[in-house]
Order: sequence, then C-alpha cells, then structure tokens
Amino acid sequence: MISIQQHDFDVGEEYTALIANDTAAGAVVTFVGRVRDLNLGRDVLGLHLEHYPGMTEKSLQAIVDEAQSRWKILRWKIIHRIGNLHLGDNIVFVGVSSAHREDAFHAAEFLMDYLKTRAPFWKKELTEAGSVWVKSQEKDVSAAQRWE
Amino acid sequence: MITILFFAQLREQLQCEKLNLELPADSSVALLREKLIELHPAWLKFLASDKLLFSVNQTLVKASHVIQDGDEVAFFPPVTGG
Repeated sequence: MISIQQHDFDVGEEYTALIANDTAAGAVVTFVGRVRDLNLGRDVLGLHLEHYPGMTEKSLQAIVDEAQSRWKILRWKIIHRIGNLHLGDNIVFVGVSSAHREDAFHAAEFLMDYLKTRAPFWKKELTEAGSVWVKSQEKDVSAAQRWE
Repeated sequence: MITILFFAQLREQLQCEKLNLELPADSSVALLREKLIELHPAWLKFLASDKLLFSVNQTLVKASHVIQDGDEVAFFPPVTGG
C-alpha cells in the first residue's frame, strides 16, 4: 500500500500490520528516512516537501511492481510525508516482509533507491539564510544504477 | 489542447504552475519546449537545462516522446524525495 500524507506515521503500528496473521514471513525489513540537521554543510531548520499528486502514486506503484518481479515479497508498505516537516521528523517509511531475509533486504533497498531517483518529490530546505531547493545527488543516481 | 504543469524550483522560476496550449499534431516534448520559449523568451535559461525531466500522462518520457491531444505534460527538476 502507498500512502502520501502530511501526518506522521508510527513505525510500531506499521510493523504490526506487516506481520499480522502472517506466519510465512520469516523476515521483515523496515527503513525510516528522517529530517537531518546538517546537509552538505548547511544548518537545516526544516523541510518543505512538494510532490506531483497522481504521478507520485503511479511511479511508486511501478517501482513496487518492478521489485515484486525481482524478489519474493509477501507484504509491503510505502509512506511518504509531504508539506512542512521539522528537524527529526519522519519523512519516509518503507517496509517489506518476505520468507527469507535476502528478499526483504534487497527489495527495501531497491524501493528506496528507485524512490529517490524516480518518484516526483522535491525537498526545499529551510535554513537561517532562507530556503533552498535541494539538488539531486550523483550518489543517489549511482545507487539506483547498480540495480540495472 | 494539452495541459502543461511545472513543479518545484522550475515552477518558482517561471512563476507559472499550469497552462493550456494547442499544439500541432505529432509535436514532441522537445518541440513543446521550443514553443514555450518562443511564447515566453524569459523562460529560455530555465527550460534549456539538460537536467530537466519530462512526464506525459504522469509517466517519465524522453524529449522525443510525441504528445497527443488531451495529454498532461509536466516539466520538473531532478527529484529529491526520500
């Protein structure tokens, strides 16, 4: 399930939903991305997250479909927050369950790598000096390329 | 008639979120970009960036993609979510 939302999420609740009534899942991998205080030497006070409604969901579903064609995934969940976020706030959640750990580890990492390079979200950092649009990073592009 | 959307930094630079345009049949995204620059010469330095991404009907496409009447086209900077 894909959820694009302004409100926060609870990792415990998400984990519970991923494993509820499922004794086939021997492995669950969860990832949480958060607002960090320092980015490329800039002191960050908060973030504004913009997205392209409709395309966001469509592109994330395509990424999940691709992951499911590569690994045996039992359950999955992607949450991405939008709007104004503060230091330390959760931004993104990716959770994957599978029978064995290898599938869940790989799928979760793949989902994050593709989300960062293909899903239409944009971050604007709020700093003491004003707000700055975050530039895409080459390391994110190369992280996604290793799955090709 | 097609709908054109701009997002994030590009939206701010162009001071435009959305516009509608009639395009000749078989126009590509590249041609649409030229047409936009012709209509708004000040947009040249922002739309000329080779890093811009394009989508048609909410799927990423290349500049050579041919646009159909009724399509939703979007121009935006590289994505930075996650």
